[in-house]
Amino acid sequence: MNPDAATIAAGAPIEVDLTPIAEGQDIKVFWRGKPIYISHRTKKQIQEAQSVALSSLPDPQPDSARVKAGHDQWLVVIGICTHLGCIPIAHEGNYDGFFCPCHGSQYDSSGRIRQGPAPANLAVPPYTFVSDTKIQIG
Amino acid sequence: MSGPSDFQPTNPALKWIERRLPIFGLIHSSFVAYPTPRNLNYWWTFGAILSMMLALQILTGVILAMHYTPHADFAFKSVELIVRDVNYGWLLRNMHACGASMFFFAVYIHMFRGLYYGSYKEPREVLWILGVIIYLLMMATGFMGYVLPWGQMSFWGATVITNLFSAIPYFGESIVTLLWGGYAVGNPTLNRFFSLHYLLPFVIAGVVVLHVWALHVAGQNNPAGVEMKTEKDSVPFTPHATIKDMFGVSCFLIFYSWFIFYMPNYLGDADNYIPANPGVTPAHIVPEWYYLPFYAILRSIPNKLAGVACMFGAIIILAFLPWLDNARTRSSKYRPLAKQFFWIFVVVCIGLGYLGSQPPEGIYVIAGRILTVCYFAYFLIVLPLLSRIETPRPVPNSIADDVLAKSKGKVATAASVMLALVVAGGLFAGSTQTAKAEEGGDAPPAQKWSFSGPFGTYDRGSLQRGLKVYKEVCAACHGLSYVAFRNLADPGGPGYSPAQASAFASEYKIKDGPNDQGEMFERPGRAADYFPSPFPNEQAARAANGGAAPPDLSLIAKARSYKRGFPRFVIDFFSQYQEQGPDYVDAILQGFEDKVPAGVTIPEGSYYNKYFPGHAIKMPKPLSDGQVTFDDGSPATVAQYAHDVTTFLMWAAEPHMEARKRLGMQVFAFLIIFAGLMYFTKKKVWADAH
Repeated sequence: MNPDAATIAAGAPIEVDLTPIAEGQDIKVFWRGKPIYISHRTKKQIQEAQSVALSSLPDPQPDSARVKAGHDQWLVVIGICTHLGCIPIAHEGNYDGFFCPCHGSQYDSSGRIRQGPAPANLAVPPYTFVSDTKIQIG
Repeated sequence: MSGPSDFQPTNPALKWIERRLPIFGLIHSSFVAYPTPRNLNYWWTFGAILSMMLALQILTGVILAMHYTPHADFAFKSVELIVRDVNYGWLLRNMHACGASMFFFAVYIHMFRGLYYGSYKEPREVLWILGVIIYLLMMATGFMGYVLPWGQMSFWGATVITNLFSAIPYFGESIVTLLWGGYAVGNPTLNRFFSLHYLLPFVIAGVVVLHVWALHVAGQNNPAGVEMKTEKDSVPFTPHATIKDMFGVSCFLIFYSWFIFYMPNYLGDADNYIPANPGVTPAHIVPEWYYLPFYAILRSIPNKLAGVACMFGAIIILAFLPWLDNARTRSSKYRPLAKQFFWIFVVVCIGLGYLGSQPPEGIYVIAGRILTVCYFAYFLIVLPLLSRIETPRPVPNSIADDVLAKSKGKVATAASVMLALVVAGGLFAGSTQTAKAEEGGDAPPAQKWSFSGPFGTYDRGSLQRGLKVYKEVCAACHGLSYVAFRNLADPGGPGYSPAQASAFASEYKIKDGPNDQGEMFERPGRAADYFPSPFPNEQAARAANGGAAPPDLSLIAKARSYKRGFPRFVIDFFSQYQEQGPDYVDAILQGFEDKVPAGVTIPEGSYYNKYFPGHAIKMPKPLSDGQVTFDDGSPATVAQYAHDVTTFLMWAAEPHMEARKRLGMQVFAFLIIFAGLMYFTKKKVWADAH
């Protein structure tokens, strides 16, 4: 009952062009049936994400571990709440990040859990920068 | 109790079979001669009611499966086509969907009855545990069945519930992948759920056989909680219990029919009339009402693993009940303290159900935590403690004594049972209604609709005018893809002739093909064609409308709702108010205001609408006075347009409503007469037993 060959093949890596995403905006792409948020973070968001004290986080992780070095402005996370799998809404909640409408979990501008029942940060999918304006997810 | 039967058929053919397979003897000893306590009350008829519900669910389910397509792209549509095109498909679907609720309603009463009268105590522990297994199987079956229509709540319910298993340490993620058959809930998930949903009812039927077998070994418990000792304590199953069960079943069918024929969507969620969309989570994900108490327990615990563990624990704990409650007296009738705590426990369960339907914030979370503690305290503290400290009142010597003692005051029983049934049903079931999303929109004013109430019919003139408004205004952006031109000539519709419907169709250009050259071509519409959608796909619709795709209107009158709140949803149950959708649609069409009130900011490209949740709607004001001219002299005003087009859209969403209400009347007349006959027959049969 595990995924069949066709399903696995359809889950191959995808490339995403980042040029159309303006600062402060984000897009949602689908990979393996999961929504992936790609956010072009503002200076304020980056600063907020970096300045928070790690000890105050339920799932401590520095912002630098969640973005690629040299590409601080790009946050790529799987948009699936780590509680029970709903899709959080971007640009909502008290932390300039994501808010899950199902059970009220709130994530910050680095996709880290700050408040609510979710146990972990939003997952970062495997991805690499092919060029400065293009990433490959998977 | 059901030892070898001495039953001997007289018919030679039956005799021949009986010697080789003593099946008639088995039936005779189990359902005819089987001694049943003579003091059973109507709470004991729920066993028979549940057997009937299981049979009905399997029967309607098998027929529905003949018309259903278990594929993510077609499932939603195939369910809609069952309702619209299959002969009595609307009846089958309503029976099956409401039947699930009724099944759970009956099983909860059955379980509470067991709890109150101590039916789980020695020697009926295995009987009780088999019941808990049936209940677990029912929950799994019900959940997977709810996924099959593949609406928004189906999809997101499936996502949330399957994700529960990800809380299990180490194996969680691989179990979830196994359930999904992919990387997320999708087509493989739907396929396997369909397969399991077809399988599990037969597993339930198998466990029910064991349940009944165990019952017939231990014998039935009874309100006095003392075992049968002599002949005088019992009556034969047939005719006494049979006829009593028939009366109970027919009363239950009346209750059930109220939903099937008059409020088929009362127990459902409007969001499930929106096709599943993996990219959008509904504002409130609410399970069906029968899972709400457990959902409330899940949400009240801030830790994921602990929450899931408590939720399952709340069910599993039932299996240990025989050992948690050591009291020797079975029936709570003779246990003054246990009786009070039982009723407190019932209130706690209903309270949890209500909280499960509310958004998880503020006071609701705190109340949920308190009630969760109460729920577990009942099993883990109250029952073990009571069995040590409580002094029970003396129990009667025998069942016969019990019957003699209370032969007066018996008349009110049936009436009070029915009343309790209806009130509890309305309260408990209706709590789901309160969960409808209504963020920041005013409640739409209630309108007068020709189709409301038990005798409501569509106003033909209004339908025809509404069709004109749809065609000239709405159709520019909104599809109506589940409605075919032929439907315009269907009975209970706008009342056109088949020729008129064909003529109407021929005004449309329909894309067909490929032809012999392999090219697509356009041809005039035929009666069998469906209303063409204005955009080829959702992306095109989105791009042409500033990012917001205009929804298809086929089901809009059922896919929109608003919060009714307590106590209105209880009143709605009795008044058969089902028009939240039309009220909302009508209000939206009339709710546009040029002047934005102070304190509300409307983004660029949006418009202010008083009744739209959040007030910022992407649709510009669609209707203005004088825009459409009517031939029948009706006023050319926005109010009239909105009323007519809403009536039309209600018909588009529920084309067989008139047939449903008509058949409902006939079924009600039949059931009431039948129940009356059963009641008087039962009185006659039992005349010597009391």
